[in-house]
Amino acid sequence: MNPLALLGDYTIQTVAIGAALLGAVGGVLGTFAVLRRQSLLGDTLSHAALPGICLGYLWAGARQLESLLAGAFLTGALAAVTVLVIVGRSRLKTDAALGVVLSVFFAVGVVLLTRIQQTGGAGQAGLSSFLFGQAAAMLRGDVVVMGSLAGAALLLVTAFWKEFKLVTFDRDFAAAAGLPVAALDLALTVMIALAIVVGLQLVGVVLMTAMIVAPAVAARQWTHRLEATVLLAAGFGIVAGVSGAVTSAAAAGLATGPVIVLAISAIVLVSLLLAPGRGIVWTALAARAERRRLRGRQVLLTLYRLAKEHHDPAYPAEKGTLDAYHGTETAGVLGRLEAEGLVRPVSHPPEPTPHWKLTSKGRERAEDLASSGEERR
Amino acid sequence: MIAALASDIPLQIILTGALVGAAASLLGTFLVLRGSSMLADAISHSIVFGIVIVWMLTGLTSGPLQVLGAAAAGLLTVILTEGLARTRLVKADAAIGLVFPALFAAGVLLINVYARDVHLDVHAVLLGEIAFVWLDTVTVGGHEIARALVTIGALAVINAAFVTLFYKELKIATFDPALATALGFAPGLLFYGLLALTSATAVASFDAVGAILFIAFVIVPPAAAILVTDRLWLILVIGVAIGAASSVLGYHLAVAWDVSIGGAMAMMTGVFFAAAFLFAPRYGLLAREIARRGERLDTDCRSLVAHLFNHEKGPAAEEENTTRALREHLRWDEARTERVLLRSLDIGFIAHEGKRLRLTPKGRAEAEAIFEPWRRGGRA
Repeated sequence: MNPLALLGDYTIQTVAIGAALLGAVGGVLGTFAVLRRQSLLGDTLSHAALPGICLGYLWAGARQLESLLAGAFLTGALAAVTVLVIVGRSRLKTDAALGVVLSVFFAVGVVLLTRIQQTGGAGQAGLSSFLFGQAAAMLRGDVVVMGSLAGAALLLVTAFWKEFKLVTFDRDFAAAAGLPVAALDLALTVMIALAIVVGLQLVGVVLMTAMIVAPAVAARQWTHRLEATVLLAAGFGIVAGVSGAVTSAAAAGLATGPVIVLAISAIVLVSLLLAPGRGIVWTALAARAERRRLRGRQVLLTLYRLAKEHHDPAYPAEKGTLDAYHGTETAGVLGRLEAEGLVRPVSHPPEPTPHWKLTSKGRERAEDLASSGEERR
Repeated sequence: MIAALASDIPLQIILTGALVGAAASLLGTFLVLRGSSMLADAISHSIVFGIVIVWMLTGLTSGPLQVLGAAAAGLLTVILTEGLARTRLVKADAAIGLVFPALFAAGVLLINVYARDVHLDVHAVLLGEIAFVWLDTVTVGGHEIARALVTIGALAVINAAFVTLFYKELKIATFDPALATALGFAPGLLFYGLLALTSATAVASFDAVGAILFIAFVIVPPAAAILVTDRLWLILVIGVAIGAASSVLGYHLAVAWDVSIGGAMAMMTGVFFAAAFLFAPRYGLLAREIARRGERLDTDCRSLVAHLFNHEKGPAAEEENTTRALREHLRWDEARTERVLLRSLDIGFIAHEGKRLRLTPKGRAEAEAIFEPWRRGGRA
């Protein structure tokens, strides 16, 4: 089906708007989380949302999104505080605290979930869709809820932009400048819980962490500036969210969360490989160019020294000698040097083998290299 | 004995859970101590990918091949994570957060597309259903025993053997990797072995408790044990005990509340953790608070001794060395003053004549040690 035609569909529109909100808020708050080395906190907070969803259901007595999300937010925030308390008041490290809180909160969630399932009620099917997300179950009213949460989070980030930026990059300076560092820390952490809550219905508790980490990591590859990273992360999040959610809604039965996560993972992969100046392919190409330049200089200098030793500026060096001298095949290097007009192939009868000598331009270049090498020495 | 086991389904369920707890916390101890807890989290998610791939290739949902496939998927996670971190484009924690969601998402989608109506459904993958382990049985000595019980039993034995055989090596590699390398123990290899076994244990536990609840058994019992003791072997023993006890208690809780057995078992590990966090003898919250108060009281007693010593020969001694002066000059409230006086009298630092407080010889020696510490060596 034509993707544009899909976008005309009312359900698909709903899903796409929701996914865009999720991508934007996940990208923006995720950037702060990743820069503050809190990537895995998102994992813990999203798993910890499960008991909250169940409690919200028990509280409202029905599958009412506002109370489910409020519950998710509360247990998420409680989980964040519990992690902080465990790290502060015991000898366990952060990763152990994260793991303990993640698994115990999730276990409580599973117990509550099965409790709700046993006591029956049609809402049960709706609840387990929060594990992996279910785009098809989204209503227009849900988008309004998601939109106000996302709006609140983004508004907070804009209002405290300078403070958040400072506390992310230079805590000591922020503290010295009189900013309430602990409060800002807590605010950023709790806002991660907020971002997770926005995405729960689409991505689910298990995979929501990817929507926090991945857009930020992808964006970070393309730019050094925080402003650009945040905007780009939001953009990546929106693209992945919309494409994933629409795909899932169109191909009924595919869980939405995994599709969105694979979309954002693909963006991360491309960014890691291709980002200019940083990407893996980019740096590999740069390293290869550097290696070639170095090899060219070495061969040029060898020709120059041979000529000098033999007191013959036009001394023809045998290619076999050059190969042996550098311990490698030099045909490629010589070809590139020839293209630059630095060396020239010559025959040296009676020997039948190929020989090379420096052109006058090559000699000048080699003299420059040799003298700059001497200066350094 | 086997006959009794075969006829007792609750016992099989409890035993399966207890063995999951024991097998997982044996390995988890080293992961938690090493600071790699979240790697266990990543592995337990991404083995789902390995399980689906092996299922697609062979049609098997359990057995040794599945265990191997999961071990491979777990190692793949670790290798990808470390590779990503090594490019320095991504921090180590973010690398974990990138790799396992991608593998897990791929696994879930493959189940979605190819295995919707087969044994592998998404909920079973996540949550497991230990209540049904007895449905899938193998014959041991002529009796039907739950397959999951046999698999996890084998893994528990293997893990125990691994930890016993390499106890010294694991200990040194965990606490001092540099020394382990210098001694030629190949800590990296040992660590990979540990992670491969973790993945294998995860898949063996998978039918029983699912991928995510498995994390509880890997991380929580060792974390609780670490709060209780400093000795490595005791951490292992306590961890195993907590894992096993959680299964027994969790089973009965689940039956009473009619909820997921695996979930209740995992939740019980949290109860043990909370108990250790609050009440552990030395590192618990309560013990630390008591120790802190004790230290404050000791300091106060020393302040009192110093105060009395300073004023003892001065003209204002009559006024300074009274209970009232302590309240006014040291700014102690009534309760604090009383605690300090009682404690100091107990230790024998001070004596009182009416309202007047006096230093005992012991109290004077303490004050001299505070003000003129160099004398102490001469006297001793």
